[in-house]
Parts: sequence; C-alpha cells; structure tokens
Amino acid sequence: MAEWKAAKPQNKALAWFEERLPIISLVNNVVGKDTPTPRNLNYWWNFGSLAGLMLVLQIVTGIVLVMHYTPNTAMAFDSIEHFVRDVNYGYIIRTMHANGASFFFIAVYIHIFRGLYYGSYKAPREVLWMLGLVILLLMMATAFMGYVLPWGQMSFWGATVITSLFSAIPVVGKSIVTLLWGGFSVDNPTLNRFFSLHYLLPFVITGVVILHIWAKKVSDSGNPLGIDVKSGADQIPFHPYYTVKDGFGVAVFLAIFMTFVFFMPDAFGAADNFIPANPMSTPDSIVPEWYFLPFYAILRSITFNIGIPFTDIVLIPAKLLGVIAMFASILLLFFLPWLDSCKVRSAKFRPVYSKMFWFLVVDVFVLGYVGSQHPEGIVPMLGLIGTAYYFFHFLVLMPYLARKEKTLPLPESIANPVIKAAE
Amino acid sequence: MKFVKTIAIALTAVVGMSGTALAAEGPEHPMQMEWSFEGPFGQFDLPSVQRGWQVFREVCANCHSLKYFHFRNLSAIGYEPDMIKAFAAEYTVPGGVDDSGDPVTRPGRPADAIPAPFANEQAARAANGGALPPDLSLIVKAREDGPNYVYSILNGYGETPAGVSIPDGKHFNKYFKGDAISMPQPLSDGMVDYQDGTPNTQEQLSKDVVNFLSFVADPHLPARHRIGLGVVGFLVIWAFVLYRSMKKLWKPVKEGKNFYEDA
Ligand code: HEC
Ligand code: HEM
Repeated sequence: MAEWKAAKPQNKALAWFEERLPIISLVNNVVGKDTPTPRNLNYWWNFGSLAGLMLVLQIVTGIVLVMHYTPNTAMAFDSIEHFVRDVNYGYIIRTMHANGASFFFIAVYIHIFRGLYYGSYKAPREVLWMLGLVILLLMMATAFMGYVLPWGQMSFWGATVITSLFSAIPVVGKSIVTLLWGGFSVDNPTLNRFFSLHYLLPFVITGVVILHIWAKKVSDSGNPLGIDVKSGADQIPFHPYYTVKDGFGVAVFLAIFMTFVFFMPDAFGAADNFIPANPMSTPDSIVPEWYFLPFYAILRSITFNIGIPFTDIVLIPAKLLGVIAMFASILLLFFLPWLDSCKVRSAKFRPVYSKMFWFLVVDVFVLGYVGSQHPEGIVPMLGLIGTAYYFFHFLVLMPYLARKEKTLPLPESIANPVIKAAE
Repeated sequence: MKFVKTIAIALTAVVGMSGTALAAEGPEHPMQMEWSFEGPFGQFDLPSVQRGWQVFREVCANCHSLKYFHFRNLSAIGYEPDMIKAFAAEYTVPGGVDDSGDPVTRPGRPADAIPAPFANEQAARAANGGALPPDLSLIVKAREDGPNYVYSILNGYGETPAGVSIPDGKHFNKYFKGDAISMPQPLSDGMVDYQDGTPNTQEQLSKDVVNFLSFVADPHLPARHRIGLGVVGFLVIWAFVLYRSMKKLWKPVKEGKNFYEDA
C-alpha cells in the first residue's frame, strides 16, 4: 500500500476538523492527488467508477419511487402508473430506475470481464475480487426482487419460477420456499418482504463497495500490463488525471444511458409486465431480465438425473442439478485465484489464454441467447454445450493453461514498457 | 495452436446452427405501418389522436375500460377546458352518499377517470360471451410491436379459411393468438362520422384509434422526446469538452513526465 499522506488544510476551521476526522485525507488518499496510480490504465478501467455511479443513481431514483409506491398486490401496479402519469417527471425517474438496473449490470459485467482478461483476481487482489463477486450476488438478489415490485405478469411469474427453484433443495427446500413466499404461493406477503429487502440490499451493497475500495487501496490498482509498480515513475496522481478520465467516461456512458431513458424506455422491458399480475393466467413464455439469461440457460440446460447406472436410483434429480449448476457457475469464480495459478496476470502476455478469453465471451453470449428462447429444436442442445464449455473453461482450461502455457516476456516496467530480452 | 482452432470451429458451428432454429408456429406477424410518434423526433399526430378519441368513445368504450386515463388528460391533445368539461358531463358517475346515507350519482368531472362500461369483471364477461375485454390504457405497451399489433387486430377479420374451425361466439382473426378472438369485428367503413372531412374508412378509423391508444399508453412522449434531445445533446457536448481537456491535461503524462522523484 502506498503510504498514507495526511492533508494539512490552510483554512483554520478545516484544519481543526481534519485533525478530529481526517476526511480530506481519506479522499486524497483514495481518489485524490495523494493517490499514486499506474500511469497506463486504459478505458476498461473506467467501468468501476461507472458501476459506482449507477449504484448512486439507483438509490436516488429508488428513494423517490418509494415516496409514491404502495407495496400491496392490489395497489402496486396502480401506484406506479400513477407515479408515471401524474407525478411531475415521474416517468423519467421510473424509466431511469428500470433502465438503470440494466446499465448497472452492463457496467459490472464489463468490469468483471476486464478482471478476467487482465488477471485482476490474482495475488495480491484475491479479496478485492471476492468482494466484487459478493456485490454481484447482492445485485442479482436486489434486481430480482425489484423486478417483482411493479407486480406485472412477468413480476409475478418470474418470482414464482425463481423462488420455486429452492424447492429442489433436499429436506429444507419446501420450508425455504414457504419462508420466501410468506405463505403457500407468491402473494402479498411475498411482495412485502421483497420490498423490504429491495430497500435494504442496496445499502448492504454500498457497505461492501466501501470494503471493495478499501481492499483496492491496500492492494493498489492493477494495470493492463499486469506487472507490479516498480518506482514512482510508473505512477501518476489519481487526481486530476483519472478523475477527468473517469468524468469523460461518465459523460459518454450517461449519454448512452439517457438515449435509452428518453428514446427507448421499454427496450429492456417485457411487454407482459404492462399487464397487471394475474395468478390465473400464465404468460406464453416466462423470460427473466437479460442480465440473468446466461444463468437461466445453465439452469434449464440440465434435464437429466444423476443416478447409479443400470438401476433406477436417482442420486441428484435434474432440477436440483440445474440449480446447483446455476449457483456453481458464479460461486466457482470465487476460486479463480487458485484455479489460475499462472504468475503472469495480463492476458496480453498469454497467447493462448487471451484467445480462450474471447471464446468464453462468445460462450456467455450464446448462453444468453439460449436463455431467451423457448427450449425447443436446437436450443436445449446449444444450452448443454454452452454450459459444458463454461465449466470446461474455468475448471479444466484455466488450471491446464496456468501450468502449460508458454507466456511472453514481460516488460521491464510500466514507465519503460520495452520488452525484456527473453530469458 | 491446433487446440485453439478446434475449439473455435466447434463454437462457430454451434453458433451457426442456432440461427436455423425453427420458428414456432403462431399467428401472422402484424402489418407494419408508419406512426408519427416513432423515432427520436416523433410526435403525436394530434388531429388523428382527437379522431381516435371519438372512435374510442363511440365504439370501443361500449366494452373496454380506460382506467388510467382521466378527462383532464385530454388537454394534452388540444382540447379546451370547457370542451373537456362537456365530455366529462356526458357521463354519470357514483357520487358518494347523500345526507341520509343513500348512494347518489353526479355528472362526470374532468378529474374523473373514464368510467368503465361494466360494473365489474363478472358483468363484463357475462356481456361478452365469457371473455373479458381488457383495459386499453396500456394495451399498446402490453403487446409486442403494440401499435402495429392493435392496428392488425382491428383489420384482421375475414372469412374463416377452410379447415379452420372457430368455436361458437368467437371470430376468425389471423393476427390473434389461436386465430379465434372473442371480440366481434369492432370497426368497419363508415362506422363513425368525422367532423373534419377525413374519410371514415375502416383503415382510417383503426389508424386514428391506435394513435389515440398510443397517446393514452404514453402521454408524456412529446415532453420525453423534447427533454431527451436536450439531455443527450448536453451530455454529448459535455463528453466532447471533457475529452478535449483530458487530452490537454494528459499531454505531459504521455510525454513521460515524472511525478514522484522519490523512488
Ligand atoms: C362488443 C364488445 C367490444 C367492442 C365494441 C370492442 N371490443 Fe375489443 N375486445 C372485446 C373482447 C371481448 C375482447 C377479448 C378478446 C379475447 O380475449 O378473445 C377484446 C379484446 C381487445 C384487444 C386485445 C387483444 C389481445 O391481444 O388480447 C384489443 C387490442 C381490443 N379489444 C381493441 C379494441 C378497440 C380498439 C376497440 C374499438 C375500436 C374495441 N376493441 C371494441 C370486446 C370488444
Ligand atoms: C442496487 C441497486 C438497485 C437495483 C439494481 C434495483 C433494481 C430494480 C429493478 C430491476 C426494478 C424493477 C423496475 C421495473 O421493471 O419497473 C426496481 C423497482 C423498484 N425499486 Fe429498485 N433497484 C435498486 C435500488 C433501489 C433502492 C435503493 C430503492 C429504494 C430506496 C429502490 C426502490 C424501488 C422501487 C420502489 C421499485 C418499484 C418501482 C418500479 O418498478 O418502477 N430500488 N428496482
């Protein structure tokens, strides 16, 4: 960790305050002029600040929504229509919140793939990486429960399908589902507990984000070359250089975001969610929000039981296996620092891994497509192959390449990125 | 590496095949019409929306409610306050109770929602052969490709083709799921008399009512498009200014300036 520099404000009052609570020092040392940062960060490093921006935006718009929202199955849908139609600028706040969730996931997914490409999960940043995954899991829970709140058809049926998954868990499954529902079907108690948790979790996320940034401060930013900072020449002050660069990123990202908010407000939404929830009528297809599609595909791709061959004994039924695969697809990311023991961090110097990275990206898109389709024709096969490849990438390829791949020579330093002569 | 190539070929094959997945058998795709409110500069065609309001009132309102739409909202499509009062006063709505506790009625006011044609779901179903005419406030958003879909439904009736059997009380409509809809053909040539001389063909009536329903589903669209141009325009300029100052600020960094002499 770079050494801590105490700020000494000129202003008497500020200095008095700073002595008692060094908040200026805190900012200076984390994102300020006293924060030495690698000089070679590229635009992929913008997505952390963009994710933070979206979190703030979700909280601000969410709190305004709550001022008008009624968490009751008889009134939830109407209360949002009232907000959108009759409250000044309500339609902007609501579409910002609904599309904001999508853009939050866009930022975070790019942020994660950045980490996969540049080996950001490797020592000494394992805890930083894992805290990021905790944020991802919390975001998923938050977004899932938020989507239930408007109490449209997709809200209701999505909640029914996803909560029912837990019934696959042996022994306690049924009780867990009853607990989630607060009864024996998705109903008013479900809506109420989801509302409560949807309000709570973003603040838990904020807490984990603070830990995430603290861990970043301790282990320092990585960089595209994946080599350690060797001297002061490798670094520049965070402020003003990266504050301006992040600001530029914010302007571009917001411009795209606002294009959706104002000109394509329903592009990410499902038409069915403009129909109030009706437990008596199942929609033609129940499709989750796009950011869940690859995981949904993994869940549905498992349609076979695991049992003892040549007997009828089922050890793991297909439904449970699907649920396990879906959770495993995220949980295994916690083990990446050990699955990939290659000392070279950046894929730039890993000729094979860098290609496999792009195959993984393609694979995730294929899974996303599979998740959006009716499971018929070629789709289930595609899902199974995509799922198999996903696990193959992390559980076989990564450990294998970590041992066998011939990496390229690393540059001497960030400031002097001339390649060292091959040893 | 051979290994990489093999995986590449396998993945490409798999992705390629997915394109040929069979499209599910279903109703016909909606006709594609042009709508004035589409696109970033799109705005409502107000005379058409007003005619559509007439079509809705005279035809659709006999069966369909419009519960999120209030008479006062008509000011956004160019009606004067006294005209809106007159529209509302044509209806009689429940007015609470009188001093002896008996329910009373009163003439509608601009603040009222459009009154529903039936007292409750059961009454609506009973009058429509068991089918429920859905509320139309959000119908354009609640269907895929909404404006084109509603337009197509209104124009999708015709002779039942040979080999298709339509249950009693239903009607053939090639754009509806299952080809059999419980709504009898609502519009036909000359059904509504327009004051402004616009030809009252079935297509024109349909187009006008779809324009009206699109307005009802998204009444803030005009303001949204106007504000959006300002917001996105501002952000693009802001991004440009920040880009220029960033390039200027970073020049010394790019030239190798050293900030930390210590190490
Ligand atoms: C005689 C009563 C009646 C009239 C008049 C009527 N409808 Fe309907 N409408 C129905 C019924 C009943 C349904 C339900 C059909 C079903 O589910 O099979 C329906 C359904 C619809 C649907 C939904 C189709 C779907 O995808 O579920 C639309 C859109 C619609 N009507 C538009 C209109 C419009 C626009 C008008 C006025 C021009 C109109 N209706 C006039 C009875 C009526
Ligand atoms: C991590 C941050 C958050 C995410 C990812 C998120 C996500 C979502 C999503 C996906 C919806 C459904 C939107 C729709 O389809 O209309 C939603 C709705 C809602 N959220 Fe959030 N949210 C977040 C934070 C918050 C916070 C902090 C609050 C309150 C303090 C809040 C309050 C609401 C309310 C009241 C709704 C219902 C209104 C609506 O559906 O438009 N949200 N949220």
